[in-house]
Amino acid sequence: MPMFIRVEVDPSVARRADLAKKLVEVCPVDIFAQNADQSLRIVEDNLDECVLCDLCIQACPAGTVKITKLYEQA
Amino acid sequence: MRFYEHEAKTLLGRQGLPLPKSGNAKTPEEAEQIAGQIAGTVVLKSQVLSGGRMKAGGIRFAGSPQEARREAGAILALAINGQRPRSVLVEAKAPVRKEFYAGVIYDALAKRPVLIFSDMGGIDIEQVAEQHPEHVARAHFSVLEPFSDYQAKNVVASLGITGNQLSRLTPILTRLVRLFLQYNLTLAEINPLCELEDGNFLCLDCHLDMEEEARDRHTRLLQELGVGREETRQARPPTPFEIRGAQVDALDNKGVAGHVIEFDGDLGLIIGAGGGSLTLLDAVRKHGGRPANYCEIGGNPSVRKACELTKLILSKPGVEKIAVMMNVVSNTRVDIMARGVIKGVIEAGYQPKDKITFFRIPGSWEDEGARILRKYGVEYGDRSVSMDEAARRAVVNMRGR
Repeated sequence: MPMFIRVEVDPSVARRADLAKKLVEVCPVDIFAQNADQSLRIVEDNLDECVLCDLCIQACPAGTVKITKLYEQA
Repeated sequence: MRFYEHEAKTLLGRQGLPLPKSGNAKTPEEAEQIAGQIAGTVVLKSQVLSGGRMKAGGIRFAGSPQEARREAGAILALAINGQRPRSVLVEAKAPVRKEFYAGVIYDALAKRPVLIFSDMGGIDIEQVAEQHPEHVARAHFSVLEPFSDYQAKNVVASLGITGNQLSRLTPILTRLVRLFLQYNLTLAEINPLCELEDGNFLCLDCHLDMEEEARDRHTRLLQELGVGREETRQARPPTPFEIRGAQVDALDNKGVAGHVIEFDGDLGLIIGAGGGSLTLLDAVRKHGGRPANYCEIGGNPSVRKACELTKLILSKPGVEKIAVMMNVVSNTRVDIMARGVIKGVIEAGYQPKDKITFFRIPGSWEDEGARILRKYGVEYGDRSVSMDEAARRAVVNMRGR
């Protein structure tokens, strides 16, 4: 279970093979992977490795990828 | 990384340094055969990485091949400081007239290598330097410029050596320096370097250490010598704790989180960064702390690595708490380190505020790291807290809480 970072991807992005592939390519710590049907899968084990580079946010339409720092929540 | 004597002598031989007739035997039968080829009295030397071979009975003499076989059998069965010999070096016994010392090491203060020579060999050079400093000559040299016979000659001549001795010693020292530079050694020592009855010189014993980080530059050489990648080649075999530390470091290629050496203290240390580890270790001891380990962490390790290293250190019997401290030059991301360590503490079954006595990591993303540490109630310090002060607070918190 991730302790520090949560990543949410809008289902409309997660379904698209081209955007899923892009996310896999840009993430430096392998948070994203593709399922057999090319849809997006989030690798839970790697979430805490997130370096907050925002490349995933830039790779997708605005507002479709959300990074939450769990340690900033009350 | 330390070489066995027979391997070191192979390197000396390649550089043209004079060596006694010899062979490396893995069995008593081989020792007998080599002794027969040498003909005459031989010296049999246990091939272990530990010192103290003579005192432990790991160096013996034999007047015949049959005796060599018996003595080799005894040596191969003898563990020295917990190390089983890998083989026995069989060498012709040399008629020695006088013993000298020649060595090259790095002088950390001068930031240059230094050639050391003495006309009192066969004993520890440290002892000679302390009791007979007038018998030790030194000369620093550049790693960028070629080393010349002239420099070597000056060192030898400074002890008043002239004539035949000077002429014969000069190329030996020059070649030793070249060997040191060619193979990225951290120590190249010939002791004793012997003058024989006939005026010739021989390297009777030698000690070579290669810089650990240079192993990849010399893979071909190490293959030729039969040195496996898995061999740590330290003076003592690694403990299970240290082996696990190396495994943690090998988890991925991000940063460093390992090089763990264990001590018997109660304060686990997660420390690192360009000399910071040793400084902080000393600072903890100065303030009365008892380090449970030395380690090196930095270069932006993954959260997973920092987490596993933390768990490893906390699993060591006797460790009550840990301190996380690094040097300002590390530039390692504070938030990533904080995540890894806190995750490790929690996965080990503890609360971070109870187990972490002090957390000092100056570096990038300090503010983000501070947010994480505050969230978990961990006492921390940034670059405004000196390493000495961080060590003091770690020790005080260890005793006081």
